[in-house]
Amino acid sequence: MIKPNQYSDSVSLMLLSKKLTDLDGVDQVSVMMGSPANREILAATGFDGPELEQAGPGDLVVGVIAQSDEAVENVLGRIDEELSAQSASRRSTGIQGVRSLSRALTKSPDAELALVSIPGDHVAGQVDALLDANLDVMIFSDNVTIDDEVRLKTKARDRGLMVMGPDCGTSSLGGIPLAFANSTRKGSIGIVGASGTGTQEVMIQIDRLGGGISHAIGLGGRDLSSEVGGITCLQAMSALDADLNTDTIVIVTKPPAAEVRARVEQAAAQLSKPVVALFLGERPQTDRAGNIHFAWTLDEAAAKAVELTGTAGFAPATGQRNLVGLYTGGTLASEAAMLVRDSFDLPALDPHHPNGMILDHDGFQVIDLGDDVYTRGRPHPMIDPSSRTDHMPQVFDDPATAVVLLDLVLGYGATDDPAGAVAVPIREGLERAQAAGRAIKVVASICGTDRDAQNLQQQKDILTEAGVTVLASNAAAVRHAISLIESARAGHADAVADADQQPVPARIADLLDGPPKIINVGLRSFATDLADAGAAVTQYDWSPIAGGDPRLARLVSLLANR
Amino acid sequence: MTTSTNASVNTTETQAPDDRHEIDSANAEVVAAMTAGQPVLVDVVTARTVIGVLDEQTPTLLHAGPPVDFADMPAPMQASCVGAAFFEGWAADEAAAREFIASKVRFVPCHHVDAVGPMGGITSANMAVVVVENRASENPTEWNRAYATMNEGIGKVLRFGAFDSEVVDRLHWMAKVLGPSLSAALASTDEGYPLMPVIARAIAMGDEFHQRNIASSAIFAKDFAPLLIKARLGTEQLAGVTDFLGRTDQFFLNLAMASCKAIMDAARKITKGSIVTAMTRNGHEFGIRVSGLGDRWFTAPVNTPEGLFFTGYSQDQACPDMGDSAITETFGLGGMSMIAAPAVTRFVGAGGLGDAQAISEEMAEIVFGHNAMLSIPTWDFQGTPTGIDIRKVVETSITPIINTGIASLEPGVGQIGAGTVRAPLGCFTKALEALAETYGVDA
Repeated sequence: MIKPNQYSDSVSLMLLSKKLTDLDGVDQVSVMMGSPANREILAATGFDGPELEQAGPGDLVVGVIAQSDEAVENVLGRIDEELSAQSASRRSTGIQGVRSLSRALTKSPDAELALVSIPGDHVAGQVDALLDANLDVMIFSDNVTIDDEVRLKTKARDRGLMVMGPDCGTSSLGGIPLAFANSTRKGSIGIVGASGTGTQEVMIQIDRLGGGISHAIGLGGRDLSSEVGGITCLQAMSALDADLNTDTIVIVTKPPAAEVRARVEQAAAQLSKPVVALFLGERPQTDRAGNIHFAWTLDEAAAKAVELTGTAGFAPATGQRNLVGLYTGGTLASEAAMLVRDSFDLPALDPHHPNGMILDHDGFQVIDLGDDVYTRGRPHPMIDPSSRTDHMPQVFDDPATAVVLLDLVLGYGATDDPAGAVAVPIREGLERAQAAGRAIKVVASICGTDRDAQNLQQQKDILTEAGVTVLASNAAAVRHAISLIESARAGHADAVADADQQPVPARIADLLDGPPKIINVGLRSFATDLADAGAAVTQYDWSPIAGGDPRLARLVSLLANR
Repeated sequence: MTTSTNASVNTTETQAPDDRHEIDSANAEVVAAMTAGQPVLVDVVTARTVIGVLDEQTPTLLHAGPPVDFADMPAPMQASCVGAAFFEGWAADEAAAREFIASKVRFVPCHHVDAVGPMGGITSANMAVVVVENRASENPTEWNRAYATMNEGIGKVLRFGAFDSEVVDRLHWMAKVLGPSLSAALASTDEGYPLMPVIARAIAMGDEFHQRNIASSAIFAKDFAPLLIKARLGTEQLAGVTDFLGRTDQFFLNLAMASCKAIMDAARKITKGSIVTAMTRNGHEFGIRVSGLGDRWFTAPVNTPEGLFFTGYSQDQACPDMGDSAITETFGLGGMSMIAAPAVTRFVGAGGLGDAQAISEEMAEIVFGHNAMLSIPTWDFQGTPTGIDIRKVVETSITPIINTGIASLEPGVGQIGAGTVRAPLGCFTKALEALAETYGVDA
């Protein structure tokens, strides 16, 4: 049976086919739009016939194999019912759809972005029109030719617009998820991702480590091919570099074409912010080159990004160049000393570490306050925090101190409120330093769990409130501190790098400035998700132009511009 | 300084000879003519006195829709012809009437003679018609007129194919009593009775002028009561006329149709662009006219309305769609403005206010703009959707939705329900092909 001019998206039709096949006495039901590709599928699955030849892409084709005429009638009857039930539930969801781009633009004249999920054959023409309407575009659809991709991305770039995709499964702009995305904490890590699930995995790992996402910009799997040349990747990197809410940038891709990779790395090296690069499938030859940190796995990329967040552009006063670790745990102190020594190529550690001084060289100090020297005649600092808190004022008041590194140990045997004990001298120390025109960063990790009596989350909150940056592990805290001190010792080099930046086109900058206003072209479920996430969205219930009749569609387009 | 420089640049641009948007600017002109319309009821007269073809020797009937042969008319429309033959005294029984009609009567579409007719649209020489004049222009020589029969009420009425003596008697009363009474009432006005203010007020009172006309009919009756009294009619005549106006909830429909026809004919003088200037149906075919394509009809097989039925009737008794009344949708009223008439949304197949709004939102997809003169309160005071653009119809496959009465397929029964019907896409695609030819565009 053919129902002329009744377009539905393939997802709803597949759900409908499944539902109807489950009816009694029914062997197979196929409800599809009559596009040439679908007609082939229908013919191949036994629904051949002269009637099928007449169906156009805008016509609904229903094929039924059933055990009786009655069952066929039942299916045909149910189709109208189900289709009208779908449209009824549409109305009750509150998102009213429009049926043409011009109407969508009338409804939301300030739209910034279009999310496109329509059959691949129709994407190029639709995206052309969206770019002509001065919209950035994310193309979820696949089956778009690479020639069209190059043409559309070039056209977009020439107009100061950005095309994400095609075949772009995941993006998230200002906390608004586009297509497939997880709900993650907001933060300052920006992601440029050619792969959908790769971006999702990096996002959720960042979330688990306590970090947050500013934006995730999807590129589509072919952006870094030699044909496309990373057009969107380069746009996305410079947009995130200019974005005030982003301070660390992660690039997640499969290995790009060699010349494209060189271009991307070169561009990354020019950015003012630290960059974590993961070319999945390639074992990195080096940990880092300048501001670019290389990762080997997705969770490693996430961890590096979290460790780097908040370290860019830390520029304290002249003379502030010391990193001081005040530890209560001996092995934690040793790990810290080891990582610092390794990073700055310092001489071998003194195995005797007099006065608990595990590392003391060129302004890098790691002190184990659990050393015998400090516990003579008083309890271990894990039991009595005063041995560390007594020590703090002299560290904060030292004009050479730039970064203070701490551990906190919870659990059986430990003091009731270790965070509360250090919070007071930290807050006072930071205030005095600030009054003296100095900027000090305090970094900590907490060895504990939510089941410990002191409660990990509560202790973390106390520290955060006191102005301490808390990371998920001692090593992460140390690496964060190292990046901070590097930044401090490098002085104001970052400001110079900023000056070299090309200005980001206003339209792309707008996209990252506040939740984007979106026209959703295609799948309604995306619009519902967007609205649930708090985005302003206009739903365009797309159907093929002129019911899919190519000649009429061309006439419409020619007459539109006459 | 800067401003004047910019202004001169802009002027140059708009004067460029290769201005690419000639259809859009033509459409803007058409829509401007539509929104400027000022229909005024100037008289009620015998049809033959104003419609030339009815005053000739050849027995002639006007019918709704694009041209159609008697044989192709659906049963109720043929039955209306029988009723008209009785009314004109051409025959005394049905067989003789059919014989006379088939052999002697010339058929002319109402639209070809500045007229519009509801449902069958059958109009004969001695019926009363309203005369509506569009006074949009400041120059009276450019004023144009449109004619329509008056609304007979509901149920057993000629336009739905009923033709018994009750129907014919009422037509005589309308021609001999009602028409002259209204004419006399109008004589006491200075310049006739302006209809656009009534339409603008009544759309805010829940009329969409196709399914629901009760507010405008009430305004009309209220305004005419003193005029009728001033006309010094006899008591019985005055009572009959005021009683009829008070009872006939759809009375204003035919005035709205004539208003829309007069306005659309003025807009039709702009023979450019892609705006629909008439939609009509004869129970056999649906026909449209388009601004850039002059007087040509583009037709496709007509659909059958779906809706609610009076007790005892059902969908399978419904006659395919008929009538020139879709001129109201052409102007942006009726189904196009479904949201204006919450009270009848369920009657025309829309479930509720949300559905009515969805219909008008959908109609807004295919029009050039909105008529700010006819602001709809239930639609956040947006104006009626105005200027159906065939390019948008073909692009979206959305066809105009028409609120309509449903006639029984069985001759002589009359109206059995009311509902909605879609204009068929075929006439729009045919017109688009023709428009492409006119504008020298080939795909």
